[in-house]
Amino acid sequence: MRIVGRAFVFGDFIDTDVLAPGPYLRKPLPELAAHCLEALDPGFARAVRPGDVVVGGIGFGIGSSREQAVQALLHLGVGCVLARGFARIFFRNAINLGLPVLCCPDIEVQAGSELDILPAEGRVLDRSSGRVFQAQALPPRLMEILAAGGLVPWLQARRSEPRAPARNG
Amino acid sequence: MSQSLAQKIISRAAGRPEVAVGEIVVARVDLAMMHDSGGPRRVWPRLKELGARIWDPERVVLVSDHFVPAVDAESAEILALTRRFAAEFGIRRFHDMQGICHVVLQEYGHLRPGMFAVGGDSHSPSGGAVGAFMIGIGATDMLAVLITGETWLRVPETWQVLLDAPLPQGVCAKDVMLKLLADLGMANEYVVFEYQGPGVAAMPMEERFVLCNMSAELGGKTGIVPPDETTLAALAANGVEVDAAWLSLRSDPEAVSRQIVVQAGALAPLVAKPHSPAQAEPVERCAGERIDQAYIGACTGAKLSDLRMAAAVLRGRRVAPGTRLLVAPASQRTWQAAAADGTLRILSEAGAILLPSGCGACAGLGAGLLAAGETCIASTARNFKGRMGSPEASVFLGSPYTVAASAIAGRIADPREFL
Repeated sequence: MRIVGRAFVFGDFIDTDVLAPGPYLRKPLPELAAHCLEALDPGFARAVRPGDVVVGGIGFGIGSSREQAVQALLHLGVGCVLARGFARIFFRNAINLGLPVLCCPDIEVQAGSELDILPAEGRVLDRSSGRVFQAQALPPRLMEILAAGGLVPWLQARRSEPRAPARNG
Repeated sequence: MSQSLAQKIISRAAGRPEVAVGEIVVARVDLAMMHDSGGPRRVWPRLKELGARIWDPERVVLVSDHFVPAVDAESAEILALTRRFAAEFGIRRFHDMQGICHVVLQEYGHLRPGMFAVGGDSHSPSGGAVGAFMIGIGATDMLAVLITGETWLRVPETWQVLLDAPLPQGVCAKDVMLKLLADLGMANEYVVFEYQGPGVAAMPMEERFVLCNMSAELGGKTGIVPPDETTLAALAANGVEVDAAWLSLRSDPEAVSRQIVVQAGALAPLVAKPHSPAQAEPVERCAGERIDQAYIGACTGAKLSDLRMAAAVLRGRRVAPGTRLLVAPASQRTWQAAAADGTLRILSEAGAILLPSGCGACAGLGAGLLAAGETCIASTARNFKGRMGSPEASVFLGSPYTVAASAIAGRIADPREFL
């Protein structure tokens, strides 16, 4: 798996209310996604293109357990979230829904930089500056879930292979 | 190997003699709680896709609290779907519009000390108030629990928070949490906060609930209070057959990796400024900030004890002209108790507007949302940008005492001037 896209840079503690605002939670996903991150960057949903990368500081995804915070990013085509640290529920939700998330404590990039990311190795290349950052590589099990498109498709694939254990361990 | 209380509970659930901090284990779930927002509407389609049933409907509690009462056809459909799900899967412990899930879970005696529980909501750490280990998970993790009865987790370390004395008048658990947030921030991941000491021993259950509840804001895995006589008495009052062995649920002292002492006797009210609970400061630094709305609501801030705190300040006084005070009691039982003891009358006579029980404006869903440019002080847990309506609104957080005092003054005020 390789992700190449432009960086959209945000600060610390990007919370689930700015990712998936409550007033739109009962709306269809496309409508909710149009408001993703608008409190911080009103043009984000229109500007982001498939494969682009959201970059954050510590505590990314803090707040609610709502999975729409991940689904909104996926719907907009975000290819990866790179942050100095993640809130635990958001991190699990992201893997479960097939959104690559990488913890990269040293990440420092400019908005608009072109990033080239290899999640299985944790390697992040900033093509604009030439700098390379080392993120925590995702272990093979999590890469498998991501490659399948999330936990549900991964479980389905397992069920169709009767000899493999279908356990969420 | 010495084990914290959390480790002991996880070990039991994982079927292991002991577990080490940092390792990933698979644990059997004693109780799974979900609500109308993150529950049936999200897991049912995927259960169908997988052709799966629920592993044990008797271990599931379902609560409709987010979209209640319905405000449009979309929210009405979510509630209708939740009811159909309960019927289809035979979930008998279904609380439809009876209050906020974390509060209802304890009121109806579903949680016991030592349980390993998961909840489809980030404030699930509230369950730690009764000495259960309860963590928040998302809907896909919940789906896996519903099918397998298991989940995986990384064994957290335990930090002990010691309240060295009972709290002074006008200061409560909410202030303790705002103080911890100011000191520790919100990125304390893979930590269980264990609350102890004379200040905790003196607290009623609903105050202990606030400590555990806002452990979510600290970024922790969960919060927990080791059970004592107060715990057992509250459980018995909620219809639970108590077991004295629960009193021995304790951490081994060496298993605690950090101790944080809160000088509780000297604590003063705090207020968190927009847009983060960690932006907490002594109330006097925010005093005088004009407010449009005061909101007493949510699991964090509208239980019976919270309403009584507000009433202690509001008794015989009136909400300031140009300011509105909204009160959404946390549950039906809270309503009934507050009606019976006269608390609701005091609030109403002071000019409060009473709203239905549910997550309401705290989650940006119900009545009481804010317009651009408006300022609110709330007894809720979170004030992230745009959470309570317009992203251009400002939300301060304070205790029920502080919110009530601010409603009277029409500006942020120190409640100790009113007690």
